[in-house]
Order: sequence, then C-alpha cells, then structure tokens
Amino acid sequence: MSIAELSYLFSQQFMVRAMIVGLLVSLCAALLGISLVLKRYSMIGDGLSHVGFGTLAIAAALNLAPLPVSMVLVVLAAFLLLRISGNSKIKGDAAIALISTSSLAIGSLVISLTTRSNADVCNFMFGSIVVMTDSDLYLSIALCAVVLMLFVLFYNKIFAVTFDETFAQATGTKTKLYNMLLAFLTAVTIVLGMRMMGALLISSLIIFPALTSMRVCKHFKAVTVCAAIVSVLCFTLGIVLSIWFNVLPGPSVVVVNIVAFLLFWGIHLLQGKGFFA
Amino acid sequence: MAQIVCKNASFAYEGRDAVSGLNFAVNASEYHCVVGENGSGKSTLIKGLLRLKAPAQGEIEYGDGLNANEIGYLPQQTAAQKDFPASVYEVVLSGRLSRRGLRPFYTKEDKRTAMENMERLDLISLKKRCYRELSGGQQQRVLLARALCATRKALLLDEPVSGLDPLVTQELYRLIHGINKELGVTIVMVSHDVASAVQYADFILHLQSKQAFFGTAEEYKRSPFGKAFLGGERP
Repeated sequence: MSIAELSYLFSQQFMVRAMIVGLLVSLCAALLGISLVLKRYSMIGDGLSHVGFGTLAIAAALNLAPLPVSMVLVVLAAFLLLRISGNSKIKGDAAIALISTSSLAIGSLVISLTTRSNADVCNFMFGSIVVMTDSDLYLSIALCAVVLMLFVLFYNKIFAVTFDETFAQATGTKTKLYNMLLAFLTAVTIVLGMRMMGALLISSLIIFPALTSMRVCKHFKAVTVCAAIVSVLCFTLGIVLSIWFNVLPGPSVVVVNIVAFLLFWGIHLLQGKGFFA
Repeated sequence: MAQIVCKNASFAYEGRDAVSGLNFAVNASEYHCVVGENGSGKSTLIKGLLRLKAPAQGEIEYGDGLNANEIGYLPQQTAAQKDFPASVYEVVLSGRLSRRGLRPFYTKEDKRTAMENMERLDLISLKKRCYRELSGGQQQRVLLARALCATRKALLLDEPVSGLDPLVTQELYRLIHGINKELGVTIVMVSHDVASAVQYADFILHLQSKQAFFGTAEEYKRSPFGKAFLGGERP
C-alpha cells in the first residue's frame, strides 16, 4: 500500500470517526489504568471486557443498540466486581474469572445460535474498524469527555485513594465513592473501545501505557502525562500499521504497545547502569 | 472533656471479641503508647479509633475540638506502596486532601503547609525523590509529614519503627517526641518496643485481648505487666 492510498483511507469518514473515538478511548484508558494497575485492579478491567463481549452479543441478537445496552450492563458488572473484591469471604480473582468465562460462554453461544457465523465472534473478540453511526460517535465523544473531565477534577483524590486508601478513609475521604467512580469510568471506557480493540484485547489499552511509563517515570504526575502520550502514540501507530499490513487493528495496537513497553524497560535498565544519570 | 474517650468499648470480628473492656481517655497534647503482644488487639483498636471499624459494644467519643476525621494516621506499609511512583512532595501534599472538601485542586496555603512540614522533618532535600526509592526511615518521615498536613491535633501511629535499624529508630522517636512537645500534637502510638514506650510516653495502655493496664508510664514500670515486659532492665 502506498502513502497516497493510506492518506486517502484516512480521509474517509468512517476512518476519521474510528480514529477520533479510538484516540479518546486510549487517552481515557491510559489515565484510568495507572490507578487500576497500582490498586491491583487490573483484572477487573479484563473481567469487564469479557462481560462486554457477552452484552454485545446479546444486544446484537435482540437487535438493540449495542453501545447503550452494553454500557448499562457493564457498569452494573463493574459495581458487582468491586463489591466482590471488597468482600474478603469470596476471593476476588476467582470471582472475576467466574464472571468473565461465563460472559464469554454465553456471548459466543448467543452469537452462534442467532447468526451462526464465526466471523462475528472473531470481530467481537479481536476487534475491527467498525462503521459508527452518528449517535454512536456523539455518545462516544460525550462519554470520553466526561471521563477526562472527572479524572482531572478528581485527580488529587484519585492519587490519595490509590496511594493509601486507609489514610484517606481515616482522614475523611469517601474512598468507597472514589473506588466506584473509578470502576464506573473504567466500565464506560471499556465499552467504548471494545468493538475496535476487541473484547480480549481492550484491557491492554488500560494496562500497557501505565506499566510502560512506570518503567521510567518516578512521579505520579509524570507517569500520568507519559502514559497518556504513550497510549495515544501507540494507538495511532498501531492503526496505521494495521492498515499497511492489512491486519486486525486490535492486535496491531497491542503489539506496538508491547514494543513500547520493552523499549521503556530497556531505558530503565540503562538508567540503572547510569547511562542517563 | 478529653479528645478521645473510650467507654467500655469492645471490638469483635464475626461475633468473637478481638479486644474488650476498653476504658481510657486521651487528653490534648498527651503521649500514649499502646503495647501488648501480637494478636492482643492493638491493630483492631487503631481501626476503631480511626472509625474504620465500629465498636461491638460501648462507644468512643471525640471531644475537645477534635473531629474524628482530624486524626492523622501513620499506617504500616502496604504492599502497593512498595512500587508506587510518587514524589515525596506529592505524597506529603496528599495529606491536605481532607481539608479540600469538594474543591478539586490544592491552594497556595496547602502547598505552604506541605513545605513547612517537610522542613520540620528534614525532607526538603528529598522533595523530588521517588518515594519507593527512599530508605525505611525516610519513608516514615514522609508519612509523618503527610499526617501532620492532615492534622495538628492528634496523630495515630501504627508500629512506626518496625523494620528500622536502631539509630533510625531513635531518630524517629525524637522527631515524634518533638512533634508532641513543640506542636502540642496528641500522640497515640502502637509499639512493640516497651522500653522506648516507657521512656517517651506519658501513659501506657497494655492490651491482652482486653484492657490489662492503663496508667502513667511510671505506674506501668512498677506494675506486674511492666516488670514482666521490661524484664531484667529494671529491678
């Protein structure tokens, strides 16, 4: 594929839309990911994306609008998972595995019963550049704006609750509320990005940029800014490469993220040896 | 009235008493140490005093201008903090959060308070360092500065010297002593180190799944508990 063909493709309306939503989702995911990774909540993100797979399948089978239906159900699942992981009697990781495999199984059964097509399963699992309707586009932009705004407004509280929940709670911060806020924002972000990245891969957008920037950055603010930049760059590069080599967008973005992670890890190792003192 | 009053309070896990019969009062600017063996209910009492756990019986009252959310807290380290990317300044400043209410950002006054507390605890030179790369004693000083940002009334310290070497331990005790005497901050400290407890504290609370002893440090030294715990060090 030549540069001219590539730029022609990127001028197409469906591609522009996909890029706008994709970039916004990568930004949101990166910001939320820092807290999730540090709070050991990464698996909740992964669990929610599987729930999203199930809800997308059910929405498609019932001919309902996929985005709003999944949004409601995944947000509910997020609160449920948070409650379970806060309850020491049931082991959180087991509960997440239970819920995600159940959703995967139900989702793929529903798909094969209604459409009998394995291509749909593959698209849901590994993502595709979907053609977005006007309402999907506006909903995605609005929700991403809400996620970004809430993150900025509550940045200091999210830091305190992430660093030391007990201290924050003891000094009068409503930590449960902020944990729920975090779960809510994560659920929204996952549903928005899921169809492009795929249910199995969307959590990489949450986890990779945070871990990558933590290799090198040592201040919370620096980690935040770095994760946001890394995420947006990796997404753009991943999409361009996916078109260039005619492969699925989700896996391509993840591979670019893996490369970035290894690169930062390398820099970290060199730092340790005094190369960038 | 005292800042904290425990009236026949007890705390339980799933119906089983963890610690009971708590009757003591903490007045402003006093220095209290809570001692006792592992599993004697010290950590449970801390949770209760911070209102993270409700008493099964009795009650805890706060007075003398102390609201329950004005107790600064120095927790034991959590696993998550060991690899947390945050600068010393960011951690100290986060202590001001409870004063912010719904306002999202820190004010100049917050930042000044953070700087003052960092100066008091000799942290200015570490301001931009990463918290996880500091030594154990430095980390405790950072957490102490954060707690002072949250309150100037009362501090609750949970085993602040565990894992520190003897020299750093003594330095931290001196700092806490100074905060108590110079700033008039009430101190309630959970400790394994009974010898230092009687050296610095005004009052000792000894727990054995119930309140076994409460009184001044001098009385404690003469009590059977004190003699047993201090062992051969005093006749």
